[in-house]
Amino acid sequence: MTKIDPDQIKVILATDCGSTTTKAILIQYVDGEYRQTHRGEAPTTVEKPFADVTMGVVNSVTEIGELAGRQLVGDDGRIITPATDTAGCDIYISTSSAGGGLQMMVAGVIAEMTAASAKRAALGAGSIVMDVIAANDGRRPHDQIQRIRDLRPDMILISGGTDGGTADKVVQISELVAPAKPQPRFGSDYSMPIIYAGNKDARDAVSEVFSEGGFDLQIVDNLRPVLERENLGPARDKIHDIFLEHVMAQAPGYDKLMGWTGAPIMPTPGAVGDILQTVARIQDINVVGVDIGGATTDVFSVFDKTFNRTVSANLGMSYSISNVCAEATMPNVLRWVPFDMNERELRNHVKNKMIRPTTIPQTKEALMFEQAVAREALRLAYKQHKEFATTLKGVQQQRTVGDTFSQQTSGQTIVNNMALDLLVASGGVLSHAPRMHQTAMMLIDAFEPEGVTMLAKDSIFMMPHLGVLSSVHAKAAEQVFDRDCLVYLGTSVCAAGQPKPGKLCFKYELTGDKTDSGEITGGEMSLLPLDQGETGTITLSPARGINLGEGPGKKVQRTVHGGTVGLILDGRGRPLALPEDRSSCQSTVQKWLNALEVYVEEAQAVGV
Amino acid sequence: MAKAYTPGLLVTQHKKHRIMRRLPIAGEVRVQEGDQVSADNIVAETNLPGDVHPINLANQMSLPPADVVSCMLKKEGEPIALDEPLAQSKGLFGMFKTIVHSRFEGTVETVSPVTGQVIVRGAPLPVQVRAYISGKVVSVAPGEGCEIETDVAYVQGIFGVGGETHGTIRVVGTSHDQDLTPDLVTPDMEGCIVIGGARMTIEAIKKAQEIKVAAIISGGIDDQDLKQLLGYDLGVAITGREELGITVIVTEGFGEISMAERTFAMLHDFEGQDASVNGATQIRAGVMRPEIIVPLNSPPASDKNKKFEEGQLETGRQLRVIRDPWFGMIGTVSGLPTEPHVLGSGSKARVLEVTFPSGEKAIVPRANVELIEE
Repeated sequence: MTKIDPDQIKVILATDCGSTTTKAILIQYVDGEYRQTHRGEAPTTVEKPFADVTMGVVNSVTEIGELAGRQLVGDDGRIITPATDTAGCDIYISTSSAGGGLQMMVAGVIAEMTAASAKRAALGAGSIVMDVIAANDGRRPHDQIQRIRDLRPDMILISGGTDGGTADKVVQISELVAPAKPQPRFGSDYSMPIIYAGNKDARDAVSEVFSEGGFDLQIVDNLRPVLERENLGPARDKIHDIFLEHVMAQAPGYDKLMGWTGAPIMPTPGAVGDILQTVARIQDINVVGVDIGGATTDVFSVFDKTFNRTVSANLGMSYSISNVCAEATMPNVLRWVPFDMNERELRNHVKNKMIRPTTIPQTKEALMFEQAVAREALRLAYKQHKEFATTLKGVQQQRTVGDTFSQQTSGQTIVNNMALDLLVASGGVLSHAPRMHQTAMMLIDAFEPEGVTMLAKDSIFMMPHLGVLSSVHAKAAEQVFDRDCLVYLGTSVCAAGQPKPGKLCFKYELTGDKTDSGEITGGEMSLLPLDQGETGTITLSPARGINLGEGPGKKVQRTVHGGTVGLILDGRGRPLALPEDRSSCQSTVQKWLNALEVYVEEAQAVGV
Repeated sequence: MAKAYTPGLLVTQHKKHRIMRRLPIAGEVRVQEGDQVSADNIVAETNLPGDVHPINLANQMSLPPADVVSCMLKKEGEPIALDEPLAQSKGLFGMFKTIVHSRFEGTVETVSPVTGQVIVRGAPLPVQVRAYISGKVVSVAPGEGCEIETDVAYVQGIFGVGGETHGTIRVVGTSHDQDLTPDLVTPDMEGCIVIGGARMTIEAIKKAQEIKVAAIISGGIDDQDLKQLLGYDLGVAITGREELGITVIVTEGFGEISMAERTFAMLHDFEGQDASVNGATQIRAGVMRPEIIVPLNSPPASDKNKKFEEGQLETGRQLRVIRDPWFGMIGTVSGLPTEPHVLGSGSKARVLEVTFPSGEKAIVPRANVELIEE
């Protein structure tokens, strides 16, 4: 790939090759800034009978070309570069999750320490982690070996031990992996790549273990050189290299596609993580992003510059909907539904959605039920994320007398809802909700943001494209993210603490593009108009024990931004508790839905 | 004009069906191109590497790992029997020796001087691949497997549990909308493929299990009955490896739902014939649906001309609604409006008009119908 001069890039073409659709966007330099101008979509063509990913890419790009009046595909069937006034683009980039994305197994010595760091490296690189093997994971060695044999990962990451520490434990883990002879997912003539990122003193012994048996061992710097510090970069870069050289090369047509791109193809979730990190860094904010799909839910967070990603396998809205209901339990799902439903019929309905995942809710009741399931899927996924995104475990802390009452153990979650500035939603149930008020309400109910938080959604699932763009042109990526990628829903102001029902929770005074003032009582929600592009300053005076960002009972002043929904005031308290009595729960939820205008008839409907 | 496509389950009186029978790892293919095979014939076999048993001898003998190698009574590559001495410590002045006996039978694969760990690999595990359907071997991939082709009648189900099996078709009940209840399952059905009409009850499945029925097939099943059968709530529809002693297939879905009349009538026509069935279902990338395959002794003289193109949504086509509020109902496409409509849910979607046998018409999202393929 040739060196790119960002100043020379005026036309950018980006694709995301998903499992089912290939989505293309065109970004152009217009009036002094980068804007996303056109988009195209076509079925992905990785599977037979086509078995060539470039066909779907060309189809989606051709659609953009027709819309933009710009020839992007040449007579030779390749994307035209560089751009002229009427044809081609300056750079073409792509992400991919086709064929199930990148699937890895990771191993480490201690589950909470080196194995957790290895998992973080794999997830950060955009992988699905199929299993984590650790010396203390509670399984007997032969069970661990059996598990390794059953998995068919694309590659394996092994870590363990700090540099200079004892070597035998990590060698022991290697000795479990080698005889299991794990088979790669694609191609029998493909050597299983093993990345070793553990104690550097064990490298020779680990090399010896993997010297036979058809492994492709790659050694990188220890990802946990000392207990107090992670060094995930080298392992993550090596994962990307192997993804390109081995995994992608096995997928039909990717060798051709890699010849077209001006930057390495990235796994889709890895690219989403990159753009969120870029935005968090440039704007100096804390961000949480969520992508809820049919099978899995990805949660990304950047708190105090630390990035974390989790994939909740089997928490999704179609293939995994039955699992969501089983994990969350049906009463927890139904607490969000303000009317009675026949539970037996619902259970059958959930299973029918599982086996016919492409159906859509036709009635309002079906939609409300599906959105109730989404709240629980998001809540569970975020809970898993909070448990994973922690400070490093195993780090010794120095105690002083002053710490006697405030000392915290290592491994505390770094997710802090009160410090969260921006919450970004993507995925069908959130992005395609008939009203954005529904999206906002699902986010608030599931994530329970505290204090003042901006809510947004990814307009057309553009974050993957912008993630890979951020690696070659951060400025363009950030401009398009801000102007075209996000649809701002508005700002939520949520009280933490346990306000008394009906009693004052907080007073507010809004000045700026809109003015308003009033009181929110415990258990109440309210929606104030504040449109897209409008801003204001809100002054909040919480009641005793209620925290809105500056501590219990302390006054807060913040700038708030409007959006398609507006300014949401939430006096329900945190953690959010719903009445246990079913009928009182129904009336309470209905009151909240009414206050936020969540389900409002907007047009003449057909069907029911 | 643009064509609209929607997926459908295949139910056909005749198709040429070809299946690949593949070994999990390289082995021996026992048939040749042109051979006629029956469902039970073994077409390929191999040995999977045996189970691996790690033994930490350094710990057990209280020795430094590096000393373990010199204490081994069995070297790498040597076979070892159960309870046979595996290693012996040098002791003190030739006395107080510790002997470790093997708790596993197999071969000593590795002895690690770094960790003092010994790996014993168990006996190879034989794997046999059977033909699954009766037919002709049309190609052989040496060391990998073979392809078998035959003329069949074919029914794709929507969901199933349990793997491949075969048996004689026995249709119970009198109509496609009659529930499959235990009184319809009788002891003479051992090894058979029992076909019912509407919902199968858990009592009927349990009785079929007791009688050792090979497979039980019907229109629907209740979620709670499935949970009771499996012993857990199925979270993701990836099935086929359950060891229930019976394969269970539903052709339409969960709940009170009847088998499509045409499917029931077709299976009824095959009463007494051998069929192969597989409940394996996978509803993620690379969709796999359960199947009922009836090999035909001779294909029908001529296939009737297909009225419609496969998967294409056209006026006059028969379909099933697969989502509430008309879930399970079968009707005919009577209109294909091009403009998206606003649904009761508030979403905008492309729709079609369906006319039910009663004459009632309904507007349904195109995503919520399934063509009945012929």
